[in-house]
Amino acid sequence: MKEFKNEDIILDVKELQTYFKTDAGILKAVDGVSFQVHRGETIGLVGESGCGKSVTNLSIMRLVPSPPGKIVGGEVLYEGEDILKLSEKELRNIRGNKISMIFQDPMSSLNPFLKISTQMIETITLHQKVSKQEAREKAIKMLGEVGIPSPEKRIDQYPHQFSGGMRQRVMIAMALSCNAEVLIADEPTTALDVTIQAQILELIGKMNEKFNTAVILITHDLGVVAGMCDNVCVMYAGKIVEKAPTDKLFKEPLHPYTEGLIASVPKLEDKGKKEKLFSIEGQPPNVIDLPPCCPFHPRCHKDIDVCHKCYPPTKQIDPDHSVSCWLYASEEEIAEALKEIK
Amino acid sequence: MSKYIIKRLIGMIPTLLVIVTLSFFIVRIAPGGPFDGERALPEVIKRNIEAKYHMDEPLIQQYGRYLFDVLRGDLGPSYKYKDHDVNSLIFNSLPNSIILGCMAMAVALVFGISLGITAALKQNTVLDYVPMALAALGLSIPLFVVGPLLQYIFAMQLKILPTSGWFMDGETTFATAVLPVVSLSFAYYADVARLTRSSMLETLRSDYIRTAKAKGMKQSTIIFKHAMKGAMLPIVSYLGPAFAGIITGSIVVEQVFRVPGLGKFFVQSSFNRDYTLIVGVVIVYSTILVIMNFLVDIVYSLLDPRITYK
Repeated sequence: MKEFKNEDIILDVKELQTYFKTDAGILKAVDGVSFQVHRGETIGLVGESGCGKSVTNLSIMRLVPSPPGKIVGGEVLYEGEDILKLSEKELRNIRGNKISMIFQDPMSSLNPFLKISTQMIETITLHQKVSKQEAREKAIKMLGEVGIPSPEKRIDQYPHQFSGGMRQRVMIAMALSCNAEVLIADEPTTALDVTIQAQILELIGKMNEKFNTAVILITHDLGVVAGMCDNVCVMYAGKIVEKAPTDKLFKEPLHPYTEGLIASVPKLEDKGKKEKLFSIEGQPPNVIDLPPCCPFHPRCHKDIDVCHKCYPPTKQIDPDHSVSCWLYASEEEIAEALKEIK
Repeated sequence: MSKYIIKRLIGMIPTLLVIVTLSFFIVRIAPGGPFDGERALPEVIKRNIEAKYHMDEPLIQQYGRYLFDVLRGDLGPSYKYKDHDVNSLIFNSLPNSIILGCMAMAVALVFGISLGITAALKQNTVLDYVPMALAALGLSIPLFVVGPLLQYIFAMQLKILPTSGWFMDGETTFATAVLPVVSLSFAYYADVARLTRSSMLETLRSDYIRTAKAKGMKQSTIIFKHAMKGAMLPIVSYLGPAFAGIITGSIVVEQVFRVPGLGKFFVQSSFNRDYTLIVGVVIVYSTILVIMNFLVDIVYSLLDPRITYK
């Protein structure tokens, strides 16, 4: 278990809000998300499809397609500087250099028209003062580092000549070729088959240790989180509902949603049992024009009266464990919230 | 690759053979013949003329004779223009059409691609609306309106350009080329601009462009290095047939501006039942079309590394 100190915070996301304008109304994809990333930390962002995990990370890089998307509030502090306020040029200096990103689908994330060498060298020469030849050597070294056999030959090939897993390795090599401090991995293994998944995750873990790169791992696979992450944020309907160190989260989940997620993972000791696998009933809510209630209450088994009316406050249960759920609020808080509505 | 090219070149022969055969028989199915006029010719004269052009032989024999001539590069005598054979008619007019067509296509490409890209980048702004409105006009206003309108404005009113003529005839200046080139390019500009815009928009939304942005690339590098190749693929496939069409001439532009091009023969030869000339222009057009499509495939493989030919 790694210990992280406050001065090691490299990325500090504060009250981030990203909305999309749609014909049906304002879609609040990310609505007040806050979390911190420390040097060398692996932080997991879990939740169902559409809960805002990817948009959160695209917002960090200011890659949200605009229009229709817009970052309407909050701060993303990288080493104390707000990325959301940077000029285009300053932003480009951070993208791919300090913060890199790898995406879900390695098949389409590499440019099919350009050689791997072109794509890697342009990244390196863009951010570092090196000659093309040096950049090429560095690229070959990185390809070797991520486990691509005979990289000096493979570098001159096109993406379609690589398998899915190999392409994701290339993406990782490219993302880390400028010694990025933060690697955002947006469901890096979703499009890959299971054996390759394990290899890619192992590789990300190895890179995290070797280069002390912080990793934000977006996934809907709790198994991945358990194996990789130091801390986990559980997202639901554009908000973080629970934040805790990984082992704590699995041992004593507080939010009913987290409980449900963990219960939905098939366990090895359940093998042979005839019972059906647990699943959370219902669908995640439409985040357009969400009422001010707890968005999870229609699917929650522990919901109380106030859940239907107000969004719960975030409670710090332990210094490193917080949760947004009325079950952990005091009687007075509930009473006050109900009074305010009336 | 060279093996593929040879294979494709050989493959053109049966294609063209089928085209020649079909058009040879189809034109003869149409009622009437090249020597039918308002006043019926005396039977004897008609038979003499037909004998001169071997039209009294069985059709299959005529076909064999024609095919043999074509293989030797002789497209036969024109039935209407008695002093000319089809070869000289085509090869006197085709260069004019090719030059007019190439210039018009160049104009269409320069404006279509640059304005199409601008429109895609500045989606839903004036820089998008104006070129696209112009393209909508280009598609909806027929050439026989555009041509005379330009003549009226630039030749009659402003008097800065000649109304008609063709600079390759020697008598007039290069300025005669301006109006026909502009009119002819208008519709092609419309196609190219709209195609470029939509394909650029689609490419810019693709994952690999997001990757390039995430790497910190400049907007201009992203457009020209990362997006251009992919975005140009639909344009290239459009260009094959479009080019074959534009360089074989447009009857409207050639009539309006008195350009001595090939275009008019496409229509006149059919009216005149000028069998050899009809099949002649069909052969010219289809040969160019087949070659253009072949070139498109080659350019495709040059642009897209995923396409290889064996």
